[in-house]
Amino acid sequence: MSMIGDLFGPWKGFTVTFRQMFKPKVTTRYPKDKRVKPQRFHGRHVLNRYPDGMEKCIGCELCAGVCPANCIYVRGADNPVDDPVSPGERFGFVYEINMLRCIFCGLCVEACPTEAITMTHLFEMSVTDREEGIFTKDSLLVDPDGTPNHPLPETPLIDINELKLGDGWMRATAPSGRATFEGIEAWSPSARMGGMAPAEPSQQQTADSGRQEAASKKPTADGGQPEEESS
Amino acid sequence: MEDFIVAAVKVVIAFALLFMVVLLIVWAERRIVAFMQNRLGPTRAGPFGILQTLADGMKLLFKESLTPRNAEVFLYLAAPVMALLPALLIFLVIPIGAPITIGDTTYTLQVTDLNVGVLYVLALSSMAVYAITLAGWASGSKYPLLGSVRAAAQMISYEAAIGLALVPVIMFAGTTSIAGIVEAQGATYFGFLPAWNIVLLPSFVVFVIAAFAETNRAPFDLVEAEQEIVGGFHTEYSGFRFALFFLAEYINLFTMSALTVTFFLGGWNGPTFGPTWLVWILPVIWFFVKTFAIIFLFIWVRGTLPRMRYDQLMAFGWKRLIPVSLAWIILAMIAMGIRRYGLPWA
Repeated sequence: MSMIGDLFGPWKGFTVTFRQMFKPKVTTRYPKDKRVKPQRFHGRHVLNRYPDGMEKCIGCELCAGVCPANCIYVRGADNPVDDPVSPGERFGFVYEINMLRCIFCGLCVEACPTEAITMTHLFEMSVTDREEGIFTKDSLLVDPDGTPNHPLPETPLIDINELKLGDGWMRATAPSGRATFEGIEAWSPSARMGGMAPAEPSQQQTADSGRQEAASKKPTADGGQPEEESS
Repeated sequence: MEDFIVAAVKVVIAFALLFMVVLLIVWAERRIVAFMQNRLGPTRAGPFGILQTLADGMKLLFKESLTPRNAEVFLYLAAPVMALLPALLIFLVIPIGAPITIGDTTYTLQVTDLNVGVLYVLALSSMAVYAITLAGWASGSKYPLLGSVRAAAQMISYEAAIGLALVPVIMFAGTTSIAGIVEAQGATYFGFLPAWNIVLLPSFVVFVIAAFAETNRAPFDLVEAEQEIVGGFHTEYSGFRFALFFLAEYINLFTMSALTVTFFLGGWNGPTFGPTWLVWILPVIWFFVKTFAIIFLFIWVRGTLPRMRYDQLMAFGWKRLIPVSLAWIILAMIAMGIRRYGLPWA
């Protein structure tokens, strides 16, 4: 019996491949159809601005220092007194990222004290020359309205609307800490005291209010986990 | 003189047909295998990507043809041509349709009908292995050499099986002319069942399995097993020379399918009806429908079965296929004897 079964065993495999021919295909026809990138996708970097147009970068070179691939080159300079580029003393007057070396680890984003450098969902970065692989401040800095600058904005490969969305890092480090935070300016327009307030309550405030709510609703035993949590 | 012109026209048509069909087969294979793997396959060049093969061919034409430093230059250059020639020549004896009578002249839809057609086919299909073996050896590189050694051993194992599988066919038809074999299958059993040689089922199975090995296709594509020996015999070939090997491989696929149809599935035989032109066209259509069914089988197997191990391949050839075909020849002989002379005790 098992011998007869063995004889027709391979046939089962053939039915599988035949059936699969009529199943829906998983291919995304890329330049035509674009898949939505994951929220925290590590794409190309941008240098951000405050809503008033000021650059966020203060030229501190922490990103360059933390970069494991050594692909960032920053030179800081003193802000001109009559026409400051960034709030504060200094600004980054040279900012270059060698995209051929970048490993897209995101450590520069974590290191940046002013959220000046963040990552976008942009991944179409092909260049025809090694020289072009070095992105300068011209192409990294966002436009005054917050749209990331792209060297090839007219090519059909680029979804310009997607560029205007904040990336995962922006959302995850939002004042409230909610990953869905989107489209709201996260930072005050100026690093100085007395600037504009953030558009959202900070994580500290949210956590405090949350804790108060929890405390009023669910009494805990000796500061341990709420008993009803598992139910 | 007129015979010469007719033959020349036939050759040109046959070769043009082969190349057209190969373009289609390569595309069909990529699409079908892709579909079996839930992918789309080539979709860009032309409608449904049908011109993809043409685009790839153009690309290969413009690529540099490298010659390795250690290569035996003459054989290295000759091997791709040697691969293509037998592949093209086998097709010349395959009838793709019923003979057409215009006026008082009858034109066969076959370039030439040799009275030793079967032997011609077997001889040429064993020539193909020389190209592969020489290509591997002349490349002066280790992986091609491994590929060519595999090719040689594989061919020896499967040539025998393919030859033995055809013996009952020749016995049934009583001729080695391929047109004769097709005509012998034109009769019917009980008035409606076509008398195709598919009734020689063991022969058919052995022939098809051996054809997989003969065309170096999955699950017997050890000669060019990418995961083990890079590209096998064509590792060192690039550009147009590689294209020739590629072309030969797919022409072989088509001719082996056409031969399977010719020997076992009645060739161009099939129901014909209607006006004269339809009676001329229909056999050609039957022939191609059957051939493409077999080609689909080849592609289907490639999409399903994993590659066999080397010792499995050899053991399967020598210990299964050859004994089965020998036993079947004896059985077929007895059956024919009974059919002709009656039962021995009667």
